[in-house]
Amino acid sequence: MNKALLRDLDWAPAALVPALAVLVLPFIGSGSTWVTLTVAGLAMGMIIFIIASGLTLIFGLMDVLNFGHGVFIALGAFVATTVLGAMTDWTSAPELWRNLVAVVPAMLAAMVAASIAGVVFERFIVRPVYGNHLKQILITVGGAIIGEELIKVVWGPLQVPLPLPQGMRGTVLLFGDAAVEKYRLLAVIVGLVVFALLAWTLARTKIGLLIRAGVQDREMVESLGYRIKRLFIGVFVTGSALAGLGGVMWGLYQQNVTPQIGAQVNVLIFIVIIIGGLGSTSGALIGALLVGLLTNYAGFLAPKAALFSNIALMIAILLWRPQGVYAQNR
Amino acid sequence: MLSRILSNDFPRSRALAVLLVALLLALALAPFLFPGVKALSVAAKILVFIVLVASFDLLLGYTGIVSFAHTMFFGIGAYGIAIASTRMGPTWTALLVGLLAALALSFVLSLAIGLFSLRVKAIFFAMITLAVATAFQTLASQLSDFTGGEDGLTFKMPEMLSPGFQLSETPLFGVSLDGRLICYYLLFFCALLLLLALLRIVNSPFGRVLQAIRENEFRAEAIGYPVVVYRTTSSVLSALFATLAGAMLAIWLRYNGPDTSLSFDLMLEVLLIVVIGGMGTIYGAAVGASLFVFAQSYLQDLLKVGSDAAAGWPWLSALLSPDRWLLWLGLLFVLSVYYFPTGVVGRLRAPRARA
Repeated sequence: MNKALLRDLDWAPAALVPALAVLVLPFIGSGSTWVTLTVAGLAMGMIIFIIASGLTLIFGLMDVLNFGHGVFIALGAFVATTVLGAMTDWTSAPELWRNLVAVVPAMLAAMVAASIAGVVFERFIVRPVYGNHLKQILITVGGAIIGEELIKVVWGPLQVPLPLPQGMRGTVLLFGDAAVEKYRLLAVIVGLVVFALLAWTLARTKIGLLIRAGVQDREMVESLGYRIKRLFIGVFVTGSALAGLGGVMWGLYQQNVTPQIGAQVNVLIFIVIIIGGLGSTSGALIGALLVGLLTNYAGFLAPKAALFSNIALMIAILLWRPQGVYAQNR
Repeated sequence: MLSRILSNDFPRSRALAVLLVALLLALALAPFLFPGVKALSVAAKILVFIVLVASFDLLLGYTGIVSFAHTMFFGIGAYGIAIASTRMGPTWTALLVGLLAALALSFVLSLAIGLFSLRVKAIFFAMITLAVATAFQTLASQLSDFTGGEDGLTFKMPEMLSPGFQLSETPLFGVSLDGRLICYYLLFFCALLLLLALLRIVNSPFGRVLQAIRENEFRAEAIGYPVVVYRTTSSVLSALFATLAGAMLAIWLRYNGPDTSLSFDLMLEVLLIVVIGGMGTIYGAAVGASLFVFAQSYLQDLLKVGSDAAAGWPWLSALLSPDRWLLWLGLLFVLSVYYFPTGVVGRLRAPRARA
C-alpha cells in the first residue's frame, strides 16, 4: 500500500467495530462475559466474512449477484460431514494436531467440491446472463433450488450432526474467569489467515492488481490485452471455494448441518455485503464483524430484539452511507 | 362490453383464449364437476395462488422489481383474518376488522420498505426485502401469544361459511349446498374481481409508465415520471393485493401458521410460477398458478410411479422421489428463463406476433 492510499484511507468505518464493542460494555456489566461474547462475535464474524468475501469479489468484478452462493456453503458443510465421518479415529483423539489432520483434509475436500460446483454453476447458470441483473437474480435462485434439491438427493433431507473434534471442544481461560471456546479461537485464526491471504493477493500480486483494475474499469483492462473472462472464472471459483470453506466452519460452529443452511446464511451474508458496500473486501470484513458482534451482544442482552438487530444495523449504516461503508464507484 | 371487462387486454392467442375460458369454466363449476374434498381444496388453492401470483407479476413482470417480501404481505393478510377471528369470535365484523388492519399494516410496511430502498439498485431491494421477510417470519413464530407461534391458529368462520351450514336441504345436481360451497364461491368471485382489477391497473396509463420504467428507468425519469414514486406505488399496490390473497387463504383453510403463509419456499414457488407462466402478462399468473398447483397436487403421484419403477437404480429412484419434485421444477424454471423468457403465455402468443 503506498502512502497516498494510506493517507486517503477511510478510518471511520473500521473504528465502528471497536466502538460497538466498547459501547456495549457498560450494558453487559461483567467484563468476563463481555470478553466471551466479543470473542464469540468475532469468531462468528470471521466465518461470515470468509463466505461473504467470495460473494463480494464476484459482485465487484463480475457484476453478478449470486443468490445461489448459499448452495456452496451447504455443499462444503455436507462434504465435511462425510470426510469427518470417515475419519472418526482422528476426530475422537484428544490431541489437537490429530484433529487438525482430519479437519484440514475436510476443509480442502469441501473447497475442491465447492470449486467444481462453482465451475459448473458459472458455466451453465451464470454465464448466459452476464449483464442482466433481473435474470441473474432469477436464474441464480433457480440454481440454488436445484443445488439444494441435489444435496438432499445425496445426503438426505434431514439434519446431519457435525460434532466438533474432541480436541477442539471445551474452553480455554483467557484471564480471570473469561472463558472462550477453543473452536471460536480457531475460527478467528482461520478467518484472519483468509483475510491476510486475500488482502495480500489483492494488494501485492499481479492477479490481484488485475482484479482490482477489473473492478474499477473492465474495458480498460481488456483493451490492455488481459483475458478478463478467465479472471472472472477464477474469481467465481475462488469465491465458491471460500464459501465451501465457510460452510465447514459454519457447520462446525453450529455442530449440525441442514440442506437449508445455505438459505439461512445467505440472509446474513447479504446484510454483510450491503453494509460493506458491494465489491469491497475490507467493507465485507467490517460488515461481518459488526454483524457477528451485534448478533452475540443482542442475543445476550435482548434475545427478542436479536432478530431485528441486524436489520436495524443495516438501516443505520445505509442512512449514514447509502452505498455501504466502502462503496466502489460504479 | 368484454373489452371493458378485460380492460382491452385480450389473450391475443386462440390457444390461450381457449385455455383461459376452460380454466374459468373449470374453476366456476369445480364443485359440480369434480366432487370430493381434495379436488375442491385444489381448486380453492388455485384461486388463492392466482391472486397472489398476479399481484407479484405487477411487481416483477410489469415494474421489473424483484422482491422477496411478497409472502410477508400474504402472511399479514392471513394472520389478520386469523388473529381477528380468534380474538373476536367468528363474526363478519371480525373478518372486516382483520382485513382492514392487515391492509393498513401492509400499506405502512410496503410504503416504508419502498421509500427506503427503492432509491437504490434493484439488487439492494432484493436483498433488503429478503432480510426483512426473514426477520418477519421469525417474529411471527416468536410472538406465540399473538400468532400461535409455530403451531399457528385454528379458528372458526361466520356460520354462513362454515361446513355445518346448509343453504337448503335438497342437494343441487348431487352437491349439497353447504357453507363450504358458499365459501368457495366467495373465493371465486373475489379472485375474479381482483384479477380483473389487476388487469385494469396494468393497462391503465399508470401501468404503461411502470413498463416504461422496467424497460428504461433513465429514460422514464427523463420524460418526467418520478421513478421512485411510481415504483413505490406499484410495490404498495402489489402488497395490498397479496394481503387480500392471504385473507382468502385464511378464510378457506380456517387455519394459519408460519409454514402456510410465510415460508420462504412459498416465496420461491411464487417466483417460479410468475416466470414459468409468463412475466408481464397477468394471464400468465392464472395459467401458471393453475398448472403449478395442479402439478403440486398430482405430479407428485406421477413421480412416485416413476420412482417405484426405477427402484432397481437407487440414484435414479432418489432423483425421481416425489419429495424431490422441486428439483424438476427448478430445472424447468432455469430452462424457461433461458429459452422461454416470456413463459407459457408469451410462447402461446408468439406465432401470432410473427405472422
